[in-house]
Amino acid sequence: MRVTQGAFSFLPDLTDEQIAKQAQYCIDNGWAVSLEFTDDPHPRNTYWDMWAHPMFDNPDAAALMMELRECRKVYGERYIRFVAFDNSHGWESVKLSFLVNRPAEEPGFHLARQEAGGRVVRYTTRAYAADKPAGQRYG
Amino acid sequence: MADTAVQELPAEDRIAAAPAAVDLRAEYVESGVKDVLDELDRELIGLKPVKQRIKETAALLLVERARRRMGLAHETPTLHMSFSGNPGTGKTTVALRMADLLHRLGYIRKGHLVSVTRDDLVGQYIGHTAPKTKEILKKAMGGVLFIDEAYYLHRQENERDYGQEAIEILLQVMENQRDDLVVILAGYADRMDKFFESNPGFRSRIAHHIDFPDYGDDELLSIAETMLSKQNYHFDDEARAIMADYITLRRQQPHFANARSIRNALDRARLRQANRLFESSDGPIDSRALSTITAPDIRVSRVFAMSRQEE
Repeated sequence: MRVTQGAFSFLPDLTDEQIAKQAQYCIDNGWAVSLEFTDDPHPRNTYWDMWAHPMFDNPDAAALMMELRECRKVYGERYIRFVAFDNSHGWESVKLSFLVNRPAEEPGFHLARQEAGGRVVRYTTRAYAADKPAGQRYG
Repeated sequence: MADTAVQELPAEDRIAAAPAAVDLRAEYVESGVKDVLDELDRELIGLKPVKQRIKETAALLLVERARRRMGLAHETPTLHMSFSGNPGTGKTTVALRMADLLHRLGYIRKGHLVSVTRDDLVGQYIGHTAPKTKEILKKAMGGVLFIDEAYYLHRQENERDYGQEAIEILLQVMENQRDDLVVILAGYADRMDKFFESNPGFRSRIAHHIDFPDYGDDELLSIAETMLSKQNYHFDDEARAIMADYITLRRQQPHFANARSIRNALDRARLRQANRLFESSDGPIDSRALSTITAPDIRVSRVFAMSRQEE
């Protein structure tokens, strides 16, 4: 099952050239771009690991693409996302984020139902990959 | 990730955009290369061989760009350079102009100059150097990385020096990301030669070696006058003659740094002028007096005292 998270996720995966152009757009807006990776694809997982530092003073997207190549070399079998952070007063939050790398195989999610009191049913999702310990989930 | 789309696009572009003929003269003016070269001619005194080399380089790049548009050339030419010359001969200034030139010709995307020395690239302990060098390289992407006194990166006497690690990363990026940044190495001529001898990797990756000659005495004098007039000062006739003597004497003393020495001398002259005006004034002073450097302001310089001692 293809994980759809962040912007552009219902489009075909962006090519490197397209990623570079998006990154350049963000940099030109004065946003700090960076990369994050994880092997826990749950949609509510907000704690992704950072790859290197956010780039506050690099004027060109080539810097990000260099880091992305490095990150793919190490964590090519995990989810990697691009993050653009706007530090201007009043925003101080992520303005754009999208996936730039995904594992070759995405097993998807298990939907679990819990019968609660009365006729109430509670739903929860759990990634099949999360059955294995962190670091051994893909590839 | 799928990159088939990337490869298709430029091919289509090339076919659609390939012109049948190119007017190099018009390109020369339109691209703004002419403006940069004219500015270089106007603002930098002397440096004839440097200007000549830059003109040649500009011509080569202009032709290369035209060839690329017609589909005759596909690879980015190697643009890394080395500037060798004594201190104060205008290497940094020329590097700034070079960044502007490359930007206007479309060889670099942003045209900014990141000027660094060994300390910015090499770390203090194991594992510190690679991230530090990479940070600088990332900052310089899309522009020019200017490494001043590049030979300090290589310490012959200590083979475990971290400088070697910085050199390896630099070489790798210089080779693989030629589209993304241009590296300019600068420093004294003799030490640069030694540096290239012990690091053949650099020599082969650098296409343009430019030598910066020392300035002549008359050139330094006109540099001094230009510097002063930029700050709305000027010499009186006597002071100009003294300044000419000063330049001749200063050249024979150690640590002579061409235009930089002149700038420092002028700074001190301005200090003395201010002191003189302050101590001798008893009444209103006009703007002429405020902006004139006179002979006594220069004559009290240490340089004259030292040459008297020697006699």
